Amino acid sequence: MAEAQVVFTPPESLSDTLMHYCPGCTHGSLHRLVAEIIDELGVRESTVGICPVGCAVYAYNYFEVDMIEAAHGRAPAVATGVKRVRDDCTVFTYQGDGDLASIGMGEIVHAAARNEAITVVFVNNGVFGMTQGQMAPTTLIGQKASTAPAGRRPEHEGFPVRVVEMLNALEGPTYLARSSMASPRWIRDTKKKLRNAFKAQTEHHGFGLVEVLSSCPTWWGMTPKEALDWMESTVVDYYPIEEFRALPEGDTEGE
Amino acid sequence: MSDNGDARYGEPTLVKGNEAICEGAIWGGCRYFFGYPITPQNQIPEYMSHRLPEVGGVFLQGESELASINMVYGASAAGARVMTTSSSPGISLMTEGISYLVASELPAVLVNVTRGGPGLGNIAAAQSDYNQATRMGHGDMPMIVFGPNSVQELYDHTAWAFQLADEARAPVLILADAVLGQMMEPMRPRIDDHPPAPDKPWATNGCKGREPNVVNSLYADHDDMETVNLRVRQRYAEASKRCLRWAEHQTDDAELLLVAYGTSARVCETVVTRLREAGTKAGLLRPVTLRPFASERIGELAEQARRVVVVEMNMGQMVDDVRLAVNGRCPVDFTGRTGGNIPSVEEILTAINEHSPVAG
Repeated sequence: MAEAQVVFTPPESLSDTLMHYCPGCTHGSLHRLVAEIIDELGVRESTVGICPVGCAVYAYNYFEVDMIEAAHGRAPAVATGVKRVRDDCTVFTYQGDGDLASIGMGEIVHAAARNEAITVVFVNNGVFGMTQGQMAPTTLIGQKASTAPAGRRPEHEGFPVRVVEMLNALEGPTYLARSSMASPRWIRDTKKKLRNAFKAQTEHHGFGLVEVLSSCPTWWGMTPKEALDWMESTVVDYYPIEEFRALPEGDTEGE
Repeated sequence: MSDNGDARYGEPTLVKGNEAICEGAIWGGCRYFFGYPITPQNQIPEYMSHRLPEVGGVFLQGESELASINMVYGASAAGARVMTTSSSPGISLMTEGISYLVASELPAVLVNVTRGGPGLGNIAAAQSDYNQATRMGHGDMPMIVFGPNSVQELYDHTAWAFQLADEARAPVLILADAVLGQMMEPMRPRIDDHPPAPDKPWATNGCKGREPNVVNSLYADHDDMETVNLRVRQRYAEASKRCLRWAEHQTDDAELLLVAYGTSARVCETVVTRLREAGTKAGLLRPVTLRPFASERIGELAEQARRVVVVEMNMGQMVDDVRLAVNGRCPVDFTGRTGGNIPSVEEILTAINEHSPVAG
């Protein structure tokens, strides 16, 4: 009889705690990508993660690294405090679009402007998920939300915010990209970009951010498959998948 | 806490209040400062911006009070001795973060160089943030609050606050005002070594050789939240026993007991002298810690007093704590000025003589 071989193991940086995310949500896969990169960079024991208020508020239960739960929107400020004390640590924030692009817009802009040596995983699913589907700054025109029942109207709620393009106007950031969790192809691309965003910190002592387009079947009122298809067919039209600011020459892994 | 014979202290020099806070912090082991400009405390971040790098520390100006208090939160979670300072409206903005510090059991030192209010108010001295300081924050949260009344006390309280905060795993607030921050007085610096900071095995600074740590204030299970609240309260109670302070001036035979803290207590010392000259047996109790509060001692003194008068630079805030302490043993009156005004000796004497509730 052939000897059993281990061909697949979960990342060391990911705990085996059952996740609370809804069926079809892409947070779980994204957690795994982040954990794989922490493992691959060999920094698990010197990593400090900051989780947001929002769906990922319990991320401290899922990553096997030191974790801090921050006030709503303030994760980049908390990360700054950690990094300025412990420059030897790899510090990342994991934030949703309500957290980062609404209440926390000030903190993310200034952390990027300072080129703070932190990595930001920015999950854009166009909705406040944890609080039950309210409109986010990133909700698309016409997209329905529990506080925009007729769909977002530009004349009333204004236009969705393109965070990466906005941050790209700053001198500061070292690495800026947008990716998607809509399909295996784009998930692989997301991992490469996330690795670049971590390397912006570990190799270039700078700020790296990836805006990861994600789905929310629960509050979009779609099946998981419909949600992923809608990302491919519609969401990417407004939020182009692109590497806006590459790492310094010769050190990037974008697709 | 300091006197001429105390070998822990060096020779006096003339120091501005806001700078005394900085030097007290550095002696106390503070190496990180995050803050946002607001008058009348701007000398503190300005001083720290050049002084901290000299001792191997880091100063960073936050983009707002919200960011600054959360930078403090991160730095404290990473195990550092860290502080921020602000003034009234800025403290309002920081209050959410201060509540998070309490719930996450993180030490930090905070200073409010109080200005006139409410609203944008003005940059004059006031004590109108007493209630904000002593009742601060959403949720069941206790916090130690000092009420210094001299440049020396600004130094001593700030220096001590770092040790106290580490021991209590909680933020400690120094409640100063514009007069204290801006004035210059002789001050003796500490020349001994500060006590070593306790180990912080809870810090989030990389999990090498141990299980990962989590710094968190989310407890969805209400029994878990209650357990945390009781633990925080227990540490506060223990620290309170060690840090409760008050000062007395001619209280031995006082039939008229004045109660005042900070700047208004300085005015009241002269009021006591004037009352004694006029034949009234007056005395002054000055709370040095505002939370914990010298309730027991005020109650004892109220046994012999015929009347208690509370003097504040507000419309009557600490007077509520004094009334609870006196507990009906004798009448408690209040006099004060508001809006950034300091009650004068004459105004206080007039109010005492006329039993008028508010002078000026």
